Parts: sequence; structure tokens; C-alpha cells
Amino acid sequence: VRIALFATCLVDSLYPDVGKATVALLERLGHEVAFPPGQTCCGQMHINSGYQDAALPLVRRFADTFAGYDAIVAPSGSCVGSVRHQHAMVARRGEDDRLAERSERIASRTYELSELLVDVLGVEDVGSYFPHRVTYHPTCHSLRILRVGDRPLRLLRNVRGMELIELPDADQCCGFGGTFALKNADTSTAMLTDKMRAVLDTHAEVCTAGDSSCLMHIGGGLSRLRSGVRTVHLAEILASTEETG
Amino acid sequence: VSPHEPGSPELPWAPPGVGHLRATEPFPVAARRALGDTQLRRTIGNATATIRTKRASVVGEVPDWEALRVAGQAIKNRTMRDLDRHLEQLEERVVERGGAVHWARDATEANAIVTGLVRAAGAHEVIKVKSMATMEIGLNEALESAGITPYETDLAELIIQLGHDAPSHILVPAIHRNRAEIREIFLREMKDVDPALTDDPAALAEAARLYLRRRFLSAEVAISGANFAIAETGTLVVVESEGNGRMCLTLPNTLITVMGIEKLLPTWRDLEVFLQLLPRSSTGERMNPYTTMWTGVTPGDGPQNFHLVLLDNGRTATLADEYGREALNCIRCSACLNVCPVYERTGGHAYGSVYPGPIGAVLSPQLTGIEDNASLPYASTLCGACFDACPVRIDIPSMLVHLRDAHVRSMQERSRIPTSEAAAMKAVAWSMATPVRWRWAQRLSRIGRIISRLMGTPGRITWLPAPLSRWTAARDAPVPPTETFGQFWARTRGSQP
Repeated sequence: VRIALFATCLVDSLYPDVGKATVALLERLGHEVAFPPGQTCCGQMHINSGYQDAALPLVRRFADTFAGYDAIVAPSGSCVGSVRHQHAMVARRGEDDRLAERSERIASRTYELSELLVDVLGVEDVGSYFPHRVTYHPTCHSLRILRVGDRPLRLLRNVRGMELIELPDADQCCGFGGTFALKNADTSTAMLTDKMRAVLDTHAEVCTAGDSSCLMHIGGGLSRLRSGVRTVHLAEILASTEETG
Repeated sequence: VSPHEPGSPELPWAPPGVGHLRATEPFPVAARRALGDTQLRRTIGNATATIRTKRASVVGEVPDWEALRVAGQAIKNRTMRDLDRHLEQLEERVVERGGAVHWARDATEANAIVTGLVRAAGAHEVIKVKSMATMEIGLNEALESAGITPYETDLAELIIQLGHDAPSHILVPAIHRNRAEIREIFLREMKDVDPALTDDPAALAEAARLYLRRRFLSAEVAISGANFAIAETGTLVVVESEGNGRMCLTLPNTLITVMGIEKLLPTWRDLEVFLQLLPRSSTGERMNPYTTMWTGVTPGDGPQNFHLVLLDNGRTATLADEYGREALNCIRCSACLNVCPVYERTGGHAYGSVYPGPIGAVLSPQLTGIEDNASLPYASTLCGACFDACPVRIDIPSMLVHLRDAHVRSMQERSRIPTSEAAAMKAVAWSMATPVRWRWAQRLSRIGRIISRLMGTPGRITWLPAPLSRWTAARDAPVPPTETFGQFWARTRGSQP
């Protein structure tokens, strides 16, 4: 399968290692990965902040960039959620029905990483090795917009050397919510505190998730407290092997 | 405003200055104060966790729960399509059976109608069934200013009324009060209460029972809301747990029901779906203890005068909005409040409206017009827990996104000078519009590397200028890498435009 990587603006700019891990993993499984150069952002921040007009060119750019690929993968449940559940809506409200139809077709071929691995490529054991104590936070948009269910956990359970600890109240939001973290910073911090408490209760050394945005939030809090717990994206754990450590 | 736009003279919003739909301060300000109240945090955290667990267990035992949700949504959507016709049918049936029907455009009209009816009955006090509609329009204040004393009979509403307080939850209005506080309120406000009253729940309930019993036996007029009204039969339905509602609905000679026009169901059969969905979603019970239904007046049995006040107060304006009208499907179960991580931490008062939580964040701004509750649609992380819990599948997250867009548009229409946020959003969208601009913007973000170095915090950023300072107040920010993914790809796999 020829797979196009949608790195997402956040991974491209701030977390390039997550993009590298996604490519390394898929190539290790024998697939060709392309990185279409015209890509920028899915526009979710604009859409969720009330700027659908400003998001329309980004929706169009996404469709133009990825139209020619069989499968599109992003290491983010949230960005894929936006592509799948918002792009056509934004196009329709911008009175571009043709774009809406194109967006719908492309959305049906756009997958979050664990969906691509389990549903499209049919693998649950990707041959990873990650000798650490890990807890998994199922991000809200993976869980409730994409309904990825236990796909990430099925992948994680097959990682050699890893001890996977269940996160208490795992389905509770970490409080990020995009601009929510700025507009309602106090409430966001209160939610983050409870999420960090749950993570620390597991005594895990690593907190993982399928979204760099949520990890930036949880990791930012854990780092501020000098907690000694680090955040690692699901793609990075799955890309790890005995050779890479 | 054109005649068919919400908020026009033909489709008015709920008027200001009456009732309890408008926040007096923005949500983040009120939330900050609530978050600092450790007792409140504990009380609401415990209460919502308890109801969440109960709900999950009784919903889990219904094999066709998802089918019931779909049915509930379909019935509500179908009803809203022909609401005008159903309402006229309801009026016809109620009048046929000896009741009177009054149409109230807004809170002011509804309050005037009810006050006039109570006066005409010659009463100076009324007993009340727990009702969101009468809280919404501020009926108690209107009655008091007309010299009529309203007595709330629902235990939680009684606690609110005696405490000169405001409800903070749809189902459990006094959820922010613990039993020690309730004991204090009773000792302070109830004449003749036993001074040795303890904070044992049974003792508190007994004190309320003794206080209320006299009112039930002497009241001439009762005022209620309605959970449902059946258009084909003219039947009104109230579901409750305590039995105090039934006392009000059966003992006095005159009954006045104030009902939002969206509470309607077309047929008797439709009720089957909602009497399964509502109790499991709200109190976490398989069935609510008391379901009272009445149709007009039954000679010699129950109230001999029945008045139904149909309340608009911004509902028709909401119905006119294709993306927002689903909020009218709400059956006031509170399931979305109990699962909302924001509500759980701030409580209901922070929302400034009688409708708090996720449903309040989409309902209040639509009833009042977005400008008057502009901060509410942003009081959510869009985590989606509310949609999963909603028994009629209201897509609250999508509606919040729609209302944020409506707010931004309204700001743009009112002022040609963009807000700093609008300017920033435009700038970001502009920079993302082409890959070349995007590379330049990414280069700009390297300023973060300089900040990290200047602050002496390698590997993390502990300070950023406003508004990003709200992030770094409690969290570190990541240091931008020396090479973006795009640059890495270009360097290792070939060129990029």
C-alpha cells in the first residue's frame, strides 16, 4: 500500500521525531511512505475556535495535497477526527459542495496510526521492543470521535519488554482542548492536575498517547513539576526495536 | 436583522432584565472563583461521580439502549419539524377537556399571565413543583413582587429557596450544598424547626416534610412545569422522585403549568421511549418513583381549574437555526452535566444561567442571542463525553463549534476592527496557506529556542509572553527542534518546494 504521511502542523514544527518514527515503523513493515510537500495544517484550531472562513483554504489545501493517495495516515486522532468530521462541513458552509464531496472521499481514506495498522494493514504485533513501565492515555478525539477503541492497546500489548499499566479514569479529558487551555486556563489546569495525579498513581515512567497535542499538555505539566515521568508518542514506542533501544 | 433571522421582532430572543439565562460575568472569571472553593470541588466531584456510576450501571443493563437513543432523537427531530401543528393540536385537546391555554411570547408575558391567574384565584401563596421553565423566567421573583409567596416543594429547590441561593444543576439544584450546610440553612430559615436537628439525611428530610405538609394542605394554587405534553390527547406529564410534585398536582383547586413549547410529543406511544430514557439518564434509576399524568380537568377529582402557559422565550428563534435547533431536543436529564469534566470542576453557578453544563453552554446563548452569553460556547474542551451520555444524541460538541463560529461572525459584523485573537487566527491561517509561508512561520517559532536559552532552562520553556503566558503559568512548553520534519525529509529524501 502506498501511504501518504500527513505529519500535522504540530509534529512537523515541534515533534519531528514522531513523524520520523511513523515513517520508520511503516517502512519496517514493508510499506512505501510518501510525504506530500504541499501539506500544512488540517485547520482544526481555526474551526474549533470559530474561524471556519479562515479554515476553508486549509481544507482545500488538504484535499489538493492528498487527493492522489490510497491511504493517508496521521499520528493524531484529533487531526484525523477533524478531517473526517469537519472538513466536509466547513466546505459546505463555505458553499463549495464539490470540495465537500472531495473532502468526504479523502476522509474515508484518512486514518489515525492505530487504525491504519490494525484495520488496513492487519497487524497488531509490529515487532517492537520498549523495555519501560508505560501507561496509555486514550485521547478524547481518538476515543469519542474516531472510536479507535482498544486498537492502540492491542498494539501496545504486543510490545516486547514493556510493562503496560492501566491508567485510572483513563477516558477523562486532560484539559487541553486547543485554545481552551488559554481561554479557560484555570479549568484546564484543574483537569490537567487530575490527569497527572492518575499518571503518577501508576508509577509509570512513560505516559503515551496517540496525539502529540495532548502529550504536549500532559508532558508540559509533568515537566513543570519535575515529576520524572516523560511523554512518548505511540508511534515512537511502536517504532522502537532491540536495535534502536 | 431580516424578519426570518433569529432575534428579529417576529422571532424574539429571551428579553434581558427578567429571568435567569444571562451570566453577569464571563465564564472564565466565574470559573476561577469556583475552582478556588475546595469544599465545592469536593462536594460536586463526589456527587457527580456517584450519579455517573449509577447511570452507567442502569444504562449498561438495557440491551437496546443505543436503539432507544436513536428513537428518542428521531421522535424529537420529527416533532420539531411540525411543532406549530402539534402545539395547536395540544391546545385544542386541552381546551376540549376543560383546561385553558395561554401563549406567552417571553418571560415577561409568562410571568404576567401566571401572576394574573393567581390573583384571579384570590390566592396569596402558591406551592410549586420543581420546574426549570419557571426558574428560567424568574417566576418566583415576579410573584413576590406582586405580593404572592411561592413555596418550592422539591427538597433541593426548597434548600435553594431557603438559602437565598441559585440552582447549580438541572436535576439536583442544590448539588453544591453538603448536608452540614443544609442543616445550617434549615436551622436558620425554618421557623419551629427542632433546634437539635442533626445533619443525618433522614432527619433533614423529616424536617422538610413537616415544613411542607402544612403548605400542601392549605394551598389553593399550585404551579408546575412539565416533562412532556402529548399533542394527540392533551395530556401533561411530570416525572419526579419525592411525591411532593404529586401532592401539588392533585391537592390544590387550581393548577397552572408553565411549559416550554419544545416539551411536546405528538403521540401517546412516543412517551414509551422517553419514560425509559429519562430516569436512567437523570437519576440513574430504572424507573422514577412518581409519574403523574393529567388531561384537562376531571370533575370531582384533582384541580378543578387548569391553565397551561406555553412559553417561547427564544425557543422559536432557536428553532429557526438549522445548526442549533437540536438543543431544543433536550429532555433536561442532566447526564451531560454529570459526565462533563468542566462542570465537575467549576460547578453550575459559573455558567450564570439556570441551564449549566454542556447543554447550558449551547442552550443559554441561543435563547438569549450569542452576544449575551458569548463565553459559554468556549467553556468546553470538545472532549465529546456529553454526546455519548445524551439520551437523545444531541451533538453538543458540533453545536459548540457552530456557536463559536456564530460568535466570531457577530463580532466581525459589529466592528470592522478585528480582535487580537481574530488577527492572530488570520495571520496563522495566512502563513499556513502556502508551504513557502509555512516554512517561514516555522523558522519564526525558533524564537522559542532563544527564550529557552535566555531563561536558563535547556530542553524546556518555562515562560512565554501573553497570551501564551496562560500556558506557561502551569506547564512547560516544548523547545522547537533545530530541524522540522519537513526539513528532515527534504534533507534525507530529496528536495521540497
